[in-house]
Amino acid sequence: MSSYIPTTDADRRKMLEILGLDSLQELFEVIPPEKRYPHLDLPPPLSEMEVKKLLRGLAEKNADLDHHPCFLGAGAYHHFVPAVVDHIISRGEFYTAYTPYQPEVSQGTLTTIYEFQTMVCQLAGMDVANASMYDGATGVAEAGLMAARVTRRDGLVVASTLHPRYREVLRTYTQGMGMDIQEVGYGEDGGVDLRQADQLLGTGTAALMVQYPNFLGSLEDLQPLSELAHGVGALLVVCVDPIALGLFRAPGEQGADIVVGEGQSLGSPPSYGGPYVGLFACRQKYLRQIPGRLVGMTTDADGRRGFVLTLQPREQHIRREKATSNICTNEALVALAAATYLAIMGKHGLRQVAELCYHKAHHAASEIDALPGYERLFGQFFKEFVIRTPVSPATVNALLMEHGIIGGYGLERDYPQLGDCLLLCVTEMNTKEEIDSLLEALREIGDAR
Amino acid sequence: MTEPLLFELSSPGRVGYRLPELDVPETALPEKYLRPELPLPELSEREVVQHFTRLSQLNFSIDTGFYPLGSCTMKYNPKLHEEVARLPGFARIHPWQSESTVQGALQLMYELQEYLAEITGLPGVSLQPVAGAHGELTGMLIVRAYHQEHGDEGRTVVLVPDSAHGTNPATAAMCGYKVATVPSDPRGNMDVRELERLTDETVAGLMLTNPNTLGLFEEHILQVAEIVHEAGGLIYCDGANVNALLGIASPGELGTDVLHLNLHKTFSTPHGGGGPGAGATVVTEELTPFLPTPAAARREERESTAAATEYYLDYERPQSIGPVSGFYGNFGVMVKAYAYLRSLGERGLREVSENAVLNANYLLEQLKGYYHLPYDRLCLHECVFSGKAQANLGVHTVDIAKRLIDLGFHPPTVYFPLIVDEALMIEPTETESLETLDAFVSAMRQIAQEAESEPELVRDAPRTTPVTRLDEAAAARKPNLRWQG
Ligand SMILES: Cc1ncc(COP(=O)(O)O)c(C=O)c1O
Repeated sequence: MSSYIPTTDADRRKMLEILGLDSLQELFEVIPPEKRYPHLDLPPPLSEMEVKKLLRGLAEKNADLDHHPCFLGAGAYHHFVPAVVDHIISRGEFYTAYTPYQPEVSQGTLTTIYEFQTMVCQLAGMDVANASMYDGATGVAEAGLMAARVTRRDGLVVASTLHPRYREVLRTYTQGMGMDIQEVGYGEDGGVDLRQADQLLGTGTAALMVQYPNFLGSLEDLQPLSELAHGVGALLVVCVDPIALGLFRAPGEQGADIVVGEGQSLGSPPSYGGPYVGLFACRQKYLRQIPGRLVGMTTDADGRRGFVLTLQPREQHIRREKATSNICTNEALVALAAATYLAIMGKHGLRQVAELCYHKAHHAASEIDALPGYERLFGQFFKEFVIRTPVSPATVNALLMEHGIIGGYGLERDYPQLGDCLLLCVTEMNTKEEIDSLLEALREIGDAR
Repeated sequence: MTEPLLFELSSPGRVGYRLPELDVPETALPEKYLRPELPLPELSEREVVQHFTRLSQLNFSIDTGFYPLGSCTMKYNPKLHEEVARLPGFARIHPWQSESTVQGALQLMYELQEYLAEITGLPGVSLQPVAGAHGELTGMLIVRAYHQEHGDEGRTVVLVPDSAHGTNPATAAMCGYKVATVPSDPRGNMDVRELERLTDETVAGLMLTNPNTLGLFEEHILQVAEIVHEAGGLIYCDGANVNALLGIASPGELGTDVLHLNLHKTFSTPHGGGGPGAGATVVTEELTPFLPTPAAARREERESTAAATEYYLDYERPQSIGPVSGFYGNFGVMVKAYAYLRSLGERGLREVSENAVLNANYLLEQLKGYYHLPYDRLCLHECVFSGKAQANLGVHTVDIAKRLIDLGFHPPTVYFPLIVDEALMIEPTETESLETLDAFVSAMRQIAQEAESEPELVRDAPRTTPVTRLDEAAAARKPNLRWQG
């Protein structure tokens, strides 16, 4: 028998006999007879060898980042993943376990989550972090909902430089809650327009929500934003790139109340958009309103240290319709990848990764800016930057692909005013040769216009 | 437990990485934005590997033993899937790459959508939700959008059976609905009379689970669907338990309008210690316009004479509820589910459900003289006992669970569903041998015996684990959620 079933015909006969049944069909007589055994038009079963070949064939139809220099970011990043990470998350003891409901036989998972929570706090400069959200986008949405619970207000002022897709997910998540979402634009340096933010914030505002560095790559001074938000009793929610936090000031030190972010950069490949992991941290005083799972330290009956899921009365299985969120399964294994990555990189490595990104991105940006027909927009940035291109961004990308280069993110759909611009990303993965080939190709495209 | 934390292992100056030298000119760093310190640990690669490997050994997992955790479908996770999901052409492609450079990925998603539609009898599919509860949210927002589209603003209530999983009422609330609870009848079905009483024009829909969380098929399912539909409501089916029905019955033919599937249960993708999952949401034709954007789609391009197939991402859904996650869902999980379906085919899927149901009934039959069985009828993929006879002896379900650990098994789901006192919810799945089932039966019978003869032994369990029972009350009273040295 296929289907990974160990039961033999003899076993089945024995079991049916014990049940006093003659056939397997008798197990399903409770189902209305006319609905039983529908025909399923599915492809025929394949052997292991054939499945592998089929999947390899599909995989090879894709242009992967092992074979193509890539300058795409915009929420998914190509960072180095040390071999250790995949080795650890490939251990069956980790990846074939369930959510750690029975702590005595789940100390492995529970300990790693506690370590993950700690390191997320260390990065963000926050007091508490949860065991993970689904991804950065849903982390933002949950932060909006949490801010509304904390402040008992229903207004959100969201930076237009918060990832466009995250803003959409926030709207999806809140559509049943009747929330009032307003967007605040950006100023000349690409940062949040403080004057407009000031106008939009009011006594109905639950939170000001911004990204750091923002979607257009710009670094943002969070201090004035936190003062504006706190001035009207609203929270400051900051969505971060965790790699940037290896180098730049923690949002927690600049007044953030909730810090969320996409954790994919920490040890997971881009994997066509998932699985990723949402980072979620907040100040201690909001602990009871945090969504999702939390792991805490305690002791066992013999006084030894151990870890458990805790503060569960916030969660759906206890509180049901009064829970802080419906989330149940989260992204534990991706969080483990992040914890392993942070352990390997550590204090010095993460900073070094961030510095490599910074220097390489700045080198590429200034060289591109110097090319005829190209111009870099906005102020201080980290690893992503906006370039005005001499021909349409889509054309640039198509021509870059002819050189085997995966180009940038065209901004026309999300920012019509930046319709002639590309968002480029440079990380430690991009060698000087790759950057040179990008420059060469861009020059050629500019010259041919 | 002796494994120190990363922070305790850390030593100043130790590194575990080897990064390349900078190969371009440096640019001055913006002083004003720099963080003064980064308080992460400092470890060598050797220590990191040792640490996490040792921690892994403190876990119980499917790979190490029988894990009959009810409602969670802890079936074997084929190793082939891990290998194919890591192919560079799947793992290292960027979600914003142009469609022409990811045709293989889009084809896989498109075909997976088709297979899930075929299996469930529901034609509209979104692969975007990344967990069961996320699929519920997606589905219930679709229900809401559907009523709004029909100008039906008065529907403020969602009906949820008292046996439902906690995510169901929590989801309804997140969508802005009030929850009304439908009680169960003495046979473990939804009480149809009560359902009729509760169903009116304020009801947006019913969130049911079939087979339900008692492991029982809803005997009046067609009538239930009719009652709700007649009143203008929709049927949401929590598909966490579809492992009982593959090729046996299509939810779509049983009156379901919206359903989520847990790819990390039914389609054998691993649980990862609590995710990543995937909560594909499937709907009727009528509800398809409301699905999240984008979906994988296919078109035939007529180039000269030869027809070329092209896959693309379809964003054209003006009535969509909007996206529910950052990109297209947990693609890596989809690859595994796809490989599973291609391995099994129609016949293999039917065998999965037949054997899963056979195994559950075998356990039910072998244990029913030893534990109280609140609903004595054939079950589907799982069976639910009550430990109340043992509780009368001072041995509670939690004790039985912990004692099972000492005997080498992961405990069943306990204290759920809420309508069964001292519940023990056992789901063996199809991937366990008769020998394993028999060994589990012996252990459960032994515990029933011990509850009478040596209750202390059961109450003191577990004794063989890295830690004994943990003080959860203390953990909640004074939460310590991060290391502070
Ligand atoms: C019946 C039922 N519904 C919903 C869920 C939620 O699924 P998930 O944990 O993937 O969000 C579960 C599993 O936990 C379940 O057992």
